[in-house]
Amino acid sequence: MRIKTTPFYPRLVELNHTGLWSHWAGHLSATRYDFSAKYEYFGVRNAAAYFDASPLFKFWIRGRDAEHFLARAMARDVRSLKPGRAQYTVWCDDEGFVMEDGVLFRHAADEFMLTAAEPNLSHLRTLARGKQVEIVEVSEDYAVLALQGPRSRAILEPLAPEIADLSYFSFTPAKVAGHPVTISRTGFTGDLGYELMIPSDDALDVLDALIEAGEPHQLRPFGEEALNMARIEAGLPLIGAEFTSARYAYNDAERFTPTELGLGWLLRGIDDDSRPFVGRTAIRRELADKTSRWATVGIAVDQAAYFELFDSHGVIPVMDEIPVPWETMLYDDSGERAGYATSLMYSPMVQRYIGIARVRPELAAPGGTVHVEETVNHEYLTVPAEITSLPFFNPERKLA
Amino acid sequence: MAKSSTKPSTHHYDAIVVGGGHNGLTNAAYLAKSGLRTLLLERRTFVGGAAITEELHPGFSFTTFSYALSLIRPEIVQELDLVKHGFMPLYMRSSFAPMDNGDYLITGPDREENLNEIRRHSRADADAMERFEFDLSRVQQFVKPLFDNMAPNIFSGAPEDQEQVAWMLKHLGSAPPKVVHDTVRLLFGSIADFVEDYFESEIVKASLASPAIVGAKLGPMSPGSGLVFLYLAMGEHDGALGAWSFHKGGNGGFTQVLARAAQSFGCEIRLDSAVSHVVTSGGRATGVVLEDGTEFTAPVVVSALDPRRTFTELVDPLELPTDLVDAIRRYRFTGMASKVNFALDGPPVYPGLEGRTDHYQGFINVAPTIEYVERAWDTAKYGWYSERPYLDCSIQSFIDPDMAPPGKHVMSCFTQYTPYHLKHPDGTPANWDDERDNLGDVVQRTLAGFFPGFDDLVLHREVVTPLDIERTTGLSEGNIYAGEFLAQQMYFFRPAPGYSDYRTPIEGYYQCGSGTHPGGCVIGAPGRFASQQVVKDLAAKGAKKG
Repeated sequence: MRIKTTPFYPRLVELNHTGLWSHWAGHLSATRYDFSAKYEYFGVRNAAAYFDASPLFKFWIRGRDAEHFLARAMARDVRSLKPGRAQYTVWCDDEGFVMEDGVLFRHAADEFMLTAAEPNLSHLRTLARGKQVEIVEVSEDYAVLALQGPRSRAILEPLAPEIADLSYFSFTPAKVAGHPVTISRTGFTGDLGYELMIPSDDALDVLDALIEAGEPHQLRPFGEEALNMARIEAGLPLIGAEFTSARYAYNDAERFTPTELGLGWLLRGIDDDSRPFVGRTAIRRELADKTSRWATVGIAVDQAAYFELFDSHGVIPVMDEIPVPWETMLYDDSGERAGYATSLMYSPMVQRYIGIARVRPELAAPGGTVHVEETVNHEYLTVPAEITSLPFFNPERKLA
Repeated sequence: MAKSSTKPSTHHYDAIVVGGGHNGLTNAAYLAKSGLRTLLLERRTFVGGAAITEELHPGFSFTTFSYALSLIRPEIVQELDLVKHGFMPLYMRSSFAPMDNGDYLITGPDREENLNEIRRHSRADADAMERFEFDLSRVQQFVKPLFDNMAPNIFSGAPEDQEQVAWMLKHLGSAPPKVVHDTVRLLFGSIADFVEDYFESEIVKASLASPAIVGAKLGPMSPGSGLVFLYLAMGEHDGALGAWSFHKGGNGGFTQVLARAAQSFGCEIRLDSAVSHVVTSGGRATGVVLEDGTEFTAPVVVSALDPRRTFTELVDPLELPTDLVDAIRRYRFTGMASKVNFALDGPPVYPGLEGRTDHYQGFINVAPTIEYVERAWDTAKYGWYSERPYLDCSIQSFIDPDMAPPGKHVMSCFTQYTPYHLKHPDGTPANWDDERDNLGDVVQRTLAGFFPGFDDLVLHREVVTPLDIERTTGLSEGNIYAGEFLAQQMYFFRPAPGYSDYRTPIEGYYQCGSGTHPGGCVIGAPGRFASQQVVKDLAAKGAKKG
């Protein structure tokens, strides 16, 4: 038995100069194509780059009760979502802990597509029992290509004029290289960008057309490392980094509410009693009693102090833009635990080490200071960092 | 692009900065940040000095003079909040060195790949490179504190100066003997000798050694060339020692960021305002007069111009001590570098690498052997320009696609040697206005030798001789560092012994240009240090008054 590959793989394997792949949802997914993830990252931030997101799980949710079902299954109210629009959403368990997140695309009054990083068919079908709603997983039927960066529109528009006026989180059917695709103004990079959902059989044709159109624009592929860099700058949570699914957590320390994850904005209208969604009672109690244990914030390390810390120990400081894959402890001014960074990297765009962190709620106000644990000469030391709001990077072009 | 600030309501300021190059802008930004009402005066219609970007051919942006970033001090980026104003250093991923025999050396971001590539040329040079880089990093680590602090005044007996001298001596004594020795070998020896010690492959040696002559009146075999090498190695990009970046929109993009930062702190920028001279009274600076006669007064005037202009043009040298004026007269400025910038219809093609462009994501170093560079220098020693020049090129539109229309490119070619004081090989006088086009042809021919068909790609060509550098930027003799990098012109000798603390003998008159420590290159540190000196002096004065 061999690991599965995505419909783009025959082309991507030619382009992956490093031979580095990871496994994502049972598929090969490039770690990086170029010898430098930073080069790919600058494709996203300064030119255009594409990411193979085909391993995403995809579900059609259709039927008379589809909206009614989703309004109860999802923490974010779907009822105001118009056809042709998409929304980021999370779903919770009864205790108000986040199970997973995903993006919901409303194709028609009674037809939705949900994309998610993890399998969810059993969960969704269990919740939908007895409702006039059909839930089908079609993960293998579609390839997904994220085309991101300031040049993405200039590359895509000649191929698909339909996107000319596509607004943020809208989507449209279009034709690329003669094949029907769905193009949404979405992405995981916090930049101008689009995602193309393409019937798997047509995926290579569409990719080739994009590569050709992108050549004069320095279009390049990017892998998971560069994606991770971009999404941290954008302040977007990643399952497995910022949180684990509440479904598989063994204790409450591993579970988080939307508010604790910095996603409180999804809960607008929670006091509307006409929508009793899963987890609502617990979340309302959390909000009323102010029992949130954490606040999610940005941290930006004091670079001068960072240099000084290493210089004073005779070590040349390193700026590593590859996010560290573990938690980093944070302390308050008195040396007490303040929380921890879930993602931490040197940002070439911010020119500092930045991170997404969870701190005690009373420490969350931007401008405050926490002390980030750093190991220097085999010793745990700390360097100060400023509490910031998220995102770190939010260019006007993202919405323009 | 930063515009002139609104018309000044008054002609009186707390501080006036003369010259809107990157150090003048940095200085003005810091002064304004410290609360001083600051006016920056720029002669041209836009700021930037030698760090500018111009659209000289429709759709094609040229970095007319300086063309990359490495040395800009990270503390300036942080302290002036430059990211907020658009600071964006783009990653230069690779380096490509063509060879006369059609082979090449491509290095990039991956250590193992680089070792594989070096191994193609010499197996021994692969681990020699590791040794070389480690040894160099030790020297960089050792030199950095000297670089990152004002130079101590070793000629002063004042307690605070003696404290600095003691600090310096302690630091010099703190390193292992090999590190100190390597440092001295670089400061006073030739780069050719230094790399010979490690490597056997000509292309590896030439790729490492050739940057040592950038802007220098030296060959790679000349003693002293190691100093330029070490200086340029002191830069970093995102923490990678010696790494270079390309600012979004070129170095003109960078100086526009500085201008926005300065204005955000309240600094007024006045364009089209050539300063005639600094006004002094009773040994103190009291303001400036523009060439059009407009006067501005301020108790602090900072010159961001080079030392020759600072001490012999902006003020009357008769007001200055003779030893300073003599030292400035001796201070060497000879320009040796030119720029040839091309607008190209497509990427150049290197035989054997057809269809590839990954080797164009950084610098293209035209220096196949150390001897090639040394022979280029031979010609220039006697006053003529190299027939086969050393070229440090970059196709910047591969790094920032906004520099040229889609599919088209701009190529910046730093060219050496092209002596400012030009004379024909037979000794008869020559001048750059007559030779400009010929120099362009020489560069184009050199490139066509490595990239067949290059001529057909050229849509537009801009040749910038040392004379053009001087005329446009005001840098004396077109010297790109505002004073040559020679041991006797560095650190506490820059620009003159006893005058390295950004002050001048005229009270209230300061210097912050690249001709002061640790200037040269787009570094910003002279502007920052000078601002600290101004603020310190004002505080002392305020304390005295109080």
